[in-house]
Amino acid sequence: MKNELLQKEIDKAMALLPEPVVRYIQDCAKKKNPNSHLISVLHKVQEHFGFLAREHMDAVSVLMQIPAAKVTGVASFYHFFNFTPRGKHRVSLCMGTACFVKGAGKVLDKLQDLLGIKVGETSADGLFSIDVARCVGACALAPVMIVDEKVYAGVKPDQLVKILGEYGFNPKKAKK
Amino acid sequence: MSNPMEQLLERRENAEKRLRREKFNAKVRITVGSATCENAAGAPDVFKKIEELIRKHGLKDVTLSRVGCTGRCDMEPVVTVFSQRTTPVKYIAMTPDKVEKVFDSHVLKAIPLKALAMPVGVVQDTDFTEEKLWADARLTDRFSSVFGDVHFFGKQMRMTLRNCGVIDPEDMDEYLMVRGYQAAVKVLTEMTPNDVVNTVIKSGLRGRGGGGFSTGVKWNFALAQKNEEKYIVCNADEGDPGAFMDRSTIEGDPHTVIEGMIIGGYAIGARVGYVYIRAEYPLAIKRLELAIAAARQAGFLGTGIFGTNWDFDIEIRLGAGAFVCGEETALIRSIEGERGMPRPRPPYPAASGLWGKPTVINNVETFANIPVVILDGPEWFSSIGTAKSKGTKVFALAGKVCNTGLVEVPMGTTLRDVVYGVGGGIRDGKKFKAVQTGGPAGGCLPESYLDTPVDYESLTAAGSMMGSGGMIVIDEDSCMVDVARFFLDFTQDESCGKCTPCREGTKRMLEILQRITSGRGVEGDIEKLLRLGDTIKRTSLCGLGQASPNPVISTIKHFRDEYEAHIREKRCPAGVCAGLLTFSIIAEKCIGCGACKRKCPVPCIAGKPKEVHEIDQARCIKCGQCFEACKFDAVKRS
Ligand SMILES: Cc1cc2nc3c(=O)[nH]c(=O)nc-3n(C[C@H](O)[C@H](O)[C@H](O)COP(=O)(O)O)c2cc1C
Ligand code: FES
Repeated sequence: MKNELLQKEIDKAMALLPEPVVRYIQDCAKKKNPNSHLISVLHKVQEHFGFLAREHMDAVSVLMQIPAAKVTGVASFYHFFNFTPRGKHRVSLCMGTACFVKGAGKVLDKLQDLLGIKVGETSADGLFSIDVARCVGACALAPVMIVDEKVYAGVKPDQLVKILGEYGFNPKKAKK
Repeated sequence: MSNPMEQLLERRENAEKRLRREKFNAKVRITVGSATCENAAGAPDVFKKIEELIRKHGLKDVTLSRVGCTGRCDMEPVVTVFSQRTTPVKYIAMTPDKVEKVFDSHVLKAIPLKALAMPVGVVQDTDFTEEKLWADARLTDRFSSVFGDVHFFGKQMRMTLRNCGVIDPEDMDEYLMVRGYQAAVKVLTEMTPNDVVNTVIKSGLRGRGGGGFSTGVKWNFALAQKNEEKYIVCNADEGDPGAFMDRSTIEGDPHTVIEGMIIGGYAIGARVGYVYIRAEYPLAIKRLELAIAAARQAGFLGTGIFGTNWDFDIEIRLGAGAFVCGEETALIRSIEGERGMPRPRPPYPAASGLWGKPTVINNVETFANIPVVILDGPEWFSSIGTAKSKGTKVFALAGKVCNTGLVEVPMGTTLRDVVYGVGGGIRDGKKFKAVQTGGPAGGCLPESYLDTPVDYESLTAAGSMMGSGGMIVIDEDSCMVDVARFFLDFTQDESCGKCTPCREGTKRMLEILQRITSGRGVEGDIEKLLRLGDTIKRTSLCGLGQASPNPVISTIKHFRDEYEAHIREKRCPAGVCAGLLTFSIIAEKCIGCGACKRKCPVPCIAGKPKEVHEIDQARCIKCGQCFEACKFDAVKRS
């Protein structure tokens, strides 16, 4: 009876997560210290969905047989994980020391102003979300901004409209 | 069967044959920088363009490949053109258009295009040959034979970064050409673990991750532990926001780190290694994965490596954006898949680390130095640097300095030599104000400290820290109270919350700093900061808390007048702290164009066209847009 219930939960969890992640979890289970792979599993889940939803973390908990409280606890400890959906394009502005000294603060002000949102939020049209990064390792080219995977160097506030334009930025729609 | 060293040399010979055939014997060989920074600067487009040009002209004796980053970041993308018997020419800030010009002139007509090249300063021997470049020279010599004619590089000594910008990081054969893995094989076949440890102790190498603990002594401690299971960990978390030495090292020369770890693993008796690398470095992760796969394929990792009976393999573990995870006990928790919280030491990880087993944790740069210590010998290594700090140190030079990028200098070089000699001084004719080293754990040093030599003890004595190597130059445009607030903002946010002094203390310090920068500072705030700082330093659990007051204490020590101006006169001398600024219009300069009025979001600017405008101070929100909008310098910020 008990096993049946567990199997049901496992089936449900497997249906929720993308297949490669499920396979990865199964591979980890065969290794020494399987629980130590929790963070890399969460990385993979976030890579796929863009964020960590409650149900996905619960599914990880069932499949790895780690208490849900612990999965959430680990996920919430690390800045890299986020728990709300992100915009189609993720704009991440570096706020490391070099970028700060070179005026990243002004770029951020302008960015928030253009999109009508604050850090961690998503624009009204769902196109952009803003995050701040802690140094992406291109300090010599500060201030640095990353949209999705593309790195922009030496960004000035008045270049933002053009850069965002490459991703379909429309001032009216963004702010609504 | 031949012995492991013979096998390795044979492999190298084959590599050499292949590379000569495919690359080195070409009439012209072109390399394009490829790293996170290079790519951001536009290197991929330049690479594509050159490929296209070679194809278009049907050139058979011109080859193209990628190399890591040379560290001259503000001049990227860098394209280097090698032709026999002349020092390679380094072209800077390339774009597809510019590289076409270079191609037309240098490649097609054999006339170097000086105007687009890095200015050369030091005279070099002119009979550069590929033969010489790849000869079995001292490991550190190779870099300067390619780049040494440029001032920026000529003043440096490349030991950690010896191969960055010289070899293709994605081609293990090129690493073999620079005597790659010879140190590992030498250690495995000719030396006992004790010999290795003693060699490293003798070299005087100290950890480059910040603490500066003797690497050999740490290894010795782990070696002495009686345990079948031990681990060696490479700390590539690089948490200092404003540092990128470790990223560049891994992106430019990943095999060096692997080789260093193999040697360290053998020395302490660890058969498993972990690289803990931050998730924010996707390219570094990719290159490291490629390198590990190539090494495994060649039998350099796995069971019976290099044909010996020693087993060793490496696993990558990703960080997830927590600064505290650079601290070794927190890092261990994170590899174990837990919340990355530090614990009190002792026991030190060397006695009880990962899963309670003896574990040695070293920084990327530390590992990258190991092959040099082994192949060029501890005596030579310890001849460089100062009495207590041996070898070189890489700094990530950034901020308001002319030449930004990676700088590697012998220990004991003065800050002035780094900032002015290599860095070329301050940008845009501004005035130097401070140099920040050690990241959030370090401090800001003013002009009068510029003659401080960079070594562990001197920087600490001056009130800063060596740290992992971030070096940010600050000019008159920055407010030092604001800089201190920036760092406290960072540490406060990154405090893991385990111990009270760090969790509560940094929050209170931040609040006081916010109060001061917003114009609500009161007499006695400075003393309060100092007292709090002292308590936090003495009572925090880990290095994060213990070092967190340093940026505040050092700025109070050296820039107390700026704090006082904020508190007593409600004035920000650098004109940064928005809450303390007033904007007004200079009547004599205003022509009444209305640009400021159109920009003002409140709006609080009034005035008829062609007449002098005026700002209503009561309504002004001090956003500064009028200041930026005015083309006639008629808006005064004070
Ligand atoms: C808050 C904090 C952050 C740290 N971050 C790093 C880091 O990013 N990289 C690093 O190599 N060492 C870091 N360290 C130092 C490590 O704890 C450890 O001393 C070092 O990795 C040991 O290697 P080494 O002996 O080769 O320097 C940090 C220490 C503290 C307290
Ligand atoms: S500080 Fe922004 S990239 Fe390093």
